[in-house]
Amino acid sequence: MLGLLLLTTLVVPVCNLLVPDSSGLHISTYTMTLLGKYLCYALLAVAVDLVWGYLGILSLGHGAFFALGGYAMGMYLMRQIGSRGMYGNPVLPDFMVFLNWQELPWFWHGFHWFWFAMLMVILVPGLLALAFGWLAFRSRVTGVYLSIMTQALTYALLLAFFRNEMGFGGNNGLTDFKDILGFSLQSDATRAALFIASAAALGLGYLSCLYITRSRLGRLCTAIRDQENRTRFIGYRVENFKLWIFTFSAILAGIAGALYVPQVGIINPGEFAPLASIEIVIWVAVGGRATLYGAVAGALMVNYAKSYLTGAMPDAWLFALGALFVLVTLLLPRGVTGLLRKKEVNQ
Amino acid sequence: MQSAPSSPCSFKTLLILILTALLLPLAGPGHAEDPKAQFTEGTTLLIQGDFEQKRNGIQKIATSGDKRAKAVLMALQDGNLFLVKKDNTLVYANTENSPVDIMSVFSGDVLKSVKKRKLKKITINNTLRTQLKDVLAKIDLNSPDAKVREEAVNKLAVSLTPESSGLLSELLETETNSDVRDALTTAMAIADLRSPDNEKKLLALSRLQGNLNPTVRNEIQRLISEKQDISIRNKAESVLSTIEAKTTLYGLAETIFFGLSLGSVLVLAAIGLAITFGVIGVINMAHGELIMLGAYTTYVMQQMLPNSIGIALFLSIPAAFIVSGLTGIVIERSVIRFLYGRPLETLLATFGVSLILQQAVRSVFSPLNRSVASPAWMSGSLQINPILSLTTNRITILIFSLLVFTGLYLLLKKSSIGLQVRAVSQNRNMARAMGIRAAKVDALTFGLGSGIAGIAGVALSQLTNVGPNLGQAYIIDSFMVVVFGGVGNLWGTLIGGLSLGVANKFLEPWAGAVLAKILILVFIILFIQKRPQGLFPQKGRAAG
Repeated sequence: MLGLLLLTTLVVPVCNLLVPDSSGLHISTYTMTLLGKYLCYALLAVAVDLVWGYLGILSLGHGAFFALGGYAMGMYLMRQIGSRGMYGNPVLPDFMVFLNWQELPWFWHGFHWFWFAMLMVILVPGLLALAFGWLAFRSRVTGVYLSIMTQALTYALLLAFFRNEMGFGGNNGLTDFKDILGFSLQSDATRAALFIASAAALGLGYLSCLYITRSRLGRLCTAIRDQENRTRFIGYRVENFKLWIFTFSAILAGIAGALYVPQVGIINPGEFAPLASIEIVIWVAVGGRATLYGAVAGALMVNYAKSYLTGAMPDAWLFALGALFVLVTLLLPRGVTGLLRKKEVNQ
Repeated sequence: MQSAPSSPCSFKTLLILILTALLLPLAGPGHAEDPKAQFTEGTTLLIQGDFEQKRNGIQKIATSGDKRAKAVLMALQDGNLFLVKKDNTLVYANTENSPVDIMSVFSGDVLKSVKKRKLKKITINNTLRTQLKDVLAKIDLNSPDAKVREEAVNKLAVSLTPESSGLLSELLETETNSDVRDALTTAMAIADLRSPDNEKKLLALSRLQGNLNPTVRNEIQRLISEKQDISIRNKAESVLSTIEAKTTLYGLAETIFFGLSLGSVLVLAAIGLAITFGVIGVINMAHGELIMLGAYTTYVMQQMLPNSIGIALFLSIPAAFIVSGLTGIVIERSVIRFLYGRPLETLLATFGVSLILQQAVRSVFSPLNRSVASPAWMSGSLQINPILSLTTNRITILIFSLLVFTGLYLLLKKSSIGLQVRAVSQNRNMARAMGIRAAKVDALTFGLGSGIAGIAGVALSQLTNVGPNLGQAYIIDSFMVVVFGGVGNLWGTLIGGLSLGVANKFLEPWAGAVLAKILILVFIILFIQKRPQGLFPQKGRAAG
C-alpha cells in the first residue's frame, strides 16, 4: 500500500512535468489535480476509519473538521491575494469590500502568516473536536445518539457559515486564490508540489494511524469498540482514550481539508453539508472498516465513480450512491477489501 | 397632463356646453329619486371645468347612492379621471403607460387605448380635495357592508376634529352592528381628546382605557407630548402604560402562537420518527423523504382534482398515509429487517434509501419546486383585536397535529395492535413467547410511522413549496425533537417539539432566524450531554 503510494507520488509529477505533452505517458495537470484531490479524500477517509473502524464512533460530522481546516487555509490564501482582488483593497478580501466592511474582523488577523494559518488548520478542528468530545464522551453519549449529535454539529456550522455576517464569505465561500507561499497556484510545478504534499500527508497520516492501531493503544481502542463497559470496569478511563483519538482524527481531517482547498481553488459552506460528511462514511464502508488501507481504496474508488458518473450520467449518481449505501451495508459488511481477505483465508 | 391648457379655449368650452346640453335631457327629469340620473347629472357637472360646478357635481355623485359613485370620486381624488378630447367620454386612465389604457366610467367597458395627448385630466383644487376626502369617508360610513363601515370609522378617526363628534353620534344612533358601534365610540373618544375642554378629555381618556387601536395610542402619545394640565397628563400616562402593557402581552401571545405553530410542524414531522426510532429502535434517515412523498401525494391529488382543492386536500390525508406507509413497509421488508440490532448500519442503509427516493422524485417530477394550492377557507386570518391576528392555515395545522397526536396516542394505548407494538418494544422475546408475530408487528409499526410522515407531508405542503429537498430540511430537526423529548415517549415528542418551536420564535427577534436555529441546535447538543435520555426518559426495563 505504502509502496504504491510512493510510486504514484514519484511517477505522477514526473509524468506531468518532465514527459512532453505529446507522449502517451504524459499526465495532464487536470488529472494530477484530480488525483491530488482524491488523496485528500483518502486522508479524510483514514481519519474517519480510525474513529469508526477502531473506536466504534460513527462520526457524521467529519466533514466539518475537513471544512474548518479548509477554511483556515482559504483564509491564508485570501490574504495572499492582496491588492490583486476585483476591488484592489490591499487588506480586505473582495467579499468584505462588497459587504461594505471597513476593517478586518479580529479572527482574520494573523492569517497572512503561513505558519499561523497552518497552526489554525490543526488547532481549530482539534479544539472543536476536543470540546465536543469532552462534553459527549464524559456524559457517555454513544452509538446512534453520538452520530446524530455530530450531524447536528456540522448542520449548525453549515447554517452559521452561510451567514454573510460570519465573515467567511457566506454562500460563495472563499475563492479566487492567486498564490501560495509566493508560488502561483496556476503553475504546473505548484500543482505538482501540492500533489506531493497531499501524498506525503496521506502517507504520514496512514503511518501514524497504523502505528496507533498496532500499538497497545490500538488494542485498547478495539476493546472499547467491542465492549466499552467491560473495558471501563477493567479500569481504563475510556472517555479519555476516545477523546484523544477523536481529536487526532479531527486534526487529520483538518489537514486533509487544508491540502484540498488550494487544489480545487474554492471552499464554501457546502462542505459542511450533512450529506458530504455521510459520504465519507460510505467511502470507508465500501473499502472496508478497520483496515485503514480499505478506507484509502474506498475513497479512491467511490470518488472515481463519482467523477465518472456525474460527468456521464448526472441523474444516475445519486441512485448509484444510494444503492451503494444499501448494498454495502446489506451484502458487504466488510467492504471490498473484505472480499479479498476472504480469498486469502480460503487459500 | 398636469399642465392642462389653462388659457381660454372658447372652442372647447363651447363643445363642453353642447355636450352638457345633449346629456342633460338624457339625465331625465327625476333628480334625487333616481340614483342613475343623479349620478349622470353629477358627472356632467364635473366636466364643466368650473370648480364651483365641480363641487356641486361631487356632492351630487356622493349622495346619488349609485354603485359607481365611489370609484369615480376616488379616481378624481387620485387624478385618474380623464376626458377623451375627441368625444368627451369620461374615462379612468393610468397615464404611466403609453398608449394609455382607458375604461369608460359609465359602462365599465375597456375602450381602445389612446395617446396621452388625446386625454384631458379632470383637475381639482385643494378645497375639492378636502371635500372629496370627507365625502368619500361618508360614502363608506353609509355602506351596507359592516366591515367597510368599521374600516371607514377607523380611517376617519385618524383625522378627526372635535366637530366630527356630532356626525359620529348621529351614526351611532342608527348603527346596529356591535363592532362598528365600538369603532364609533372609540372615534368619538378620540375626537373628545382633541377638544379644548379638559373635562371631556379626562372622560375620553377613561373610556379609552385598554383600547388597542393604534390611532388611540398615537393620539395619547401626542397628548402627552403637548403641554397639558397635570391631571390630564397623569391620566394619559397611566392609560398609555396600560395600553402598552396590553400590547406587549398580545405581542407575547403572538410569539407564542408562532412558536406553537412551528412546534406543531416539528411535532408532525417528528412523531412518525418517534415511533420508528423510539418504539422499534430503528434509525430511519429516509423519514424526511417519506414526508416529501406525502407532500407530493397532495400535489398529485390536486392535479387530479383541479377544481375542488379542498376535497383533494382531504383525500390526500389517507392517500399520503397509504403511499408513505407502503413505501415504509417496503423499506422495512427489503432493507431494515436484515439490520435489526445494528443501528449504525441501519442509519447508513436508510440514508442510501433516502438518496434513491430523492433522486426518483427528481426524475419523475423535475427538480423544480411545485406549489400546492390552499383551499379558500385556509387562507385568511382570524382577527382577534387590532394588533393580534392569527393566520387560519397555521391554526388548522396546529389543530391537525394535535388530532394526529391524539389519534396515534389512542392507537398505541387502547388498541390491540398498539398493545402488541408496546409488548414487542418492551420485551421482544417474551412477546414472541406469548404468540405475537414480532416480524409482522415490526413491519406494521414501521408502516405506521412512515404513514404518519406522509400525513405530515400533507400539512407541510400547505406551508411551503414542495420540492425534492423538502425532507432534508426536516430530518435533523425531527431527530432533535425526538432526542430532546426522550426516545420512545410520545408525550416527550409533543412537549419537546412545541417547546423547541416556541423557544425558536422567542430567540428569533433577538438573534435572527438562522442564528436562533443554530442556538437551538447548540442548546440541544449541550442538553443531550447533560441528560442523554432526553426530557422524559423511559423508566424501568424498557429503558435498557
